[in-house]
Amino acid sequence: MKILVTVKRVPDPETVIKITPDGTSIVTDNVKWVMNPFDEIAIEEALRVREKAAGTEVVLLSIGQKAAQEQLRTGLAMGADRAILVLADQPLEPLAVARVIEKLVGTEKPELILLGKQAIDDDSNCVGQMLAELLGWPQATFASKVELGADQKSARVTREVDGGLETLAIPLPAVVTADLRLNEPRYASLPGIMKARKKELKEIPLADLGADVTPRTKIVKLETPPKRTGGRKVASVQELVQVLHNEAKVI
Amino acid sequence: MGNVLVVAEHLHGKFPKTTLVGLQAGKQAATLVGGKCLAAVLGKGIDGLAAELAEYGVDVVAVEGAAYEHYLADAYTAAVAEIVGRKDVEMVVGAATAVGKDLLPRVAARLGAGMASDVTAIVDAHTFKRPMYAGNAIATVRIDGSPRIVSVRTTAFDAAVKGGQKGTVEKLAITPDAAHAQARFVEFAETKSDRPVLTEARIVCSGGRGLKNGENFTIYLEPLCDALGAAMGASRAAVDAGFVPNDLQVGQTGKVVAPALYIAVGISGAIQHLAGMKDSKVIVAINKDEEAPIFQIADYGLVADLFKAVPELTEEVKKLKGA
Ligand SMILES: Cc1cc2nc3c(=O)[nH]c(=O)nc-3n(C[C@H](O)[C@H](O)[C@H](O)COP(=O)(O)OP(=O)(O)OC[C@H]3O[C@@H](n4cnc5c(N)ncnc54)[C@H](O)[C@@H]3O)c2cc1C
Ligand SMILES: Cc1cc2nc3c(=O)[nH]c(=O)nc-3n(C[C@H](O)[C@H](O)[C@H](O)COP(=O)(O)OP(=O)(O)OC[C@H]3O[C@@H](n4cnc5c(N)ncnc54)[C@H](O)[C@@H]3O)c2cc1C
Repeated sequence: MKILVTVKRVPDPETVIKITPDGTSIVTDNVKWVMNPFDEIAIEEALRVREKAAGTEVVLLSIGQKAAQEQLRTGLAMGADRAILVLADQPLEPLAVARVIEKLVGTEKPELILLGKQAIDDDSNCVGQMLAELLGWPQATFASKVELGADQKSARVTREVDGGLETLAIPLPAVVTADLRLNEPRYASLPGIMKARKKELKEIPLADLGADVTPRTKIVKLETPPKRTGGRKVASVQELVQVLHNEAKVI
Repeated sequence: MGNVLVVAEHLHGKFPKTTLVGLQAGKQAATLVGGKCLAAVLGKGIDGLAAELAEYGVDVVAVEGAAYEHYLADAYTAAVAEIVGRKDVEMVVGAATAVGKDLLPRVAARLGAGMASDVTAIVDAHTFKRPMYAGNAIATVRIDGSPRIVSVRTTAFDAAVKGGQKGTVEKLAITPDAAHAQARFVEFAETKSDRPVLTEARIVCSGGRGLKNGENFTIYLEPLCDALGAAMGASRAAVDAGFVPNDLQVGQTGKVVAPALYIAVGISGAIQHLAGMKDSKVIVAINKDEEAPIFQIADYGLVADLFKAVPELTEEVKKLKGA
């Protein structure tokens, strides 16, 4: 079977984000770029399926600037088979990203698409759900466990939902988005990194796909949120209880 | 002028507070759009729920059927999209809960609509504010066209209250097509707890890696929660280590809370954790490392060994309550 995994290039979660003075974007100098952590989890899951089901192919897909090659190479070094980079200069809104992925699903015909549940830069948590609808496929988001049926035609997915864990049964093809507890992604090994250099990484200009990427949304401005400042230290538990009761009046 | 449709999530025959927050945001949006606020309730045996919803002064659309007994993204998407078409809906609003996050983007794709998720403010009929980069930036987003789809952050709006002119209840029969009836509900393993729900509690006590193991959550943090009548939360590190269930994670990629009092115990204060609690009214941090970043945002910081301080705190709270 074929598994398509999406990969987004995002600022390292440790980066301190600053907004440009004109309020239109973030300062990208000195930003370290990494693969969206949820996408690493999605790749790991695909690799684990391949370990159990011989003949499985794991294809990576990223949409963005040429530099996203770096993150795709990381995924290839983890063990994915090949990668596709759709070159786009301007950032696309989630629905446009989903439409681009939809086009490639048309040619790649995967049985399973794994995405991260959310990109940690824009925090939209949208692309997987939108893609599932465009394709008319079932979805299982926020997955913490994926069990494929022996016939590889269905899956049981446990999802992290409010108040507990929910299990769904879905036929394939389907869209699954990875949550934090799905697995612990492996690091790329040195031989893996060497091999990755020779693996196929195909680039496709966005315009060649004919996807409708007309924006419906626009970020008008970005602002730094008001900063919360710390208060003071208390010397003892007794003082803490006293201030919470008499000063803050919360207990 | 179109209407605003709120998708009203329910659990065990009740509307959780998060639904009422979504409803309030919808009412606010309807004022700005200039249309009516409608609310959709889907499920099996929902007459009582539909009637209750109407008491909030909104016109209710009830979609009854076995296909909606359990929430399923595909079937619910088909039904909500159908209501949008039939009821002249210009904006769909829902709380950014697990269900809202799962459903609303799918609805947006079905309708080819622009979407803004986790919205913290509705500026006007087309303009919204939403956090990005773990709350390090607030984006003002404009959505063009109609309909527009919005999920709202549950800490950013008040909960709707009953009152005013009672709304009408209309039943619509909608059967999802085969493509929207593929997923099947198997089970819901609910985390059982007698404590308040994390997203509804007035006080939240969260534990981090500093607690060292799950047993210590039971021995140290749970008695404090119970003395305060608080909900229990946790950092990602504590959840990843298996100390507590997944749905207790507070933060950028977990739950967002804003209680009157948030007590962080053995939590360092990573930006991803702060993203989920920094709008709390009063923040207390208990940490043995006086340099821990959590102290930079805490109103009251106590530098102490939690294994000594927490039992003491529990006793002091009990004394206070007993008095
Ligand atoms: C309402 C809105 C308006 C916006 N408007 C603008 C704008 O005017 N100008 C601007 O510069 N930016 C804009 N953006 C930001 C930018 O377009 C986002 O990167 C894009 O919307 C994708 O959203 P996300 O990354 O948060 O997706 P999520 O839904 O959070 O991502 C989930 C998963 O989808 C996959 N995925 C997402 N993006 C990609 C990708 N590029 N390649 C491969 N896989 C991917 C990944 O697997 C990821 O884990 C906007 C964003 C939003 C939400
Ligand atoms: C993609 C991504 C998403 C993330 N999402 C989230 C999220 O949603 N929520 C979240 O919380 N994190 C999230 N994180 C993780 C986050 O970056 C931190 O790693 C995490 O919050 C740390 O948890 P902690 O504070 O419990 O542990 P640590 O950082 O290890 O801190 C433990 C603290 O306990 C203190 N301590 C130890 N022993 C004692 C004692 N005896 N008495 C008192 N104090 C003691 C220490 O001084 C220390 O400050 C995310 C990370 C990534 C990369």
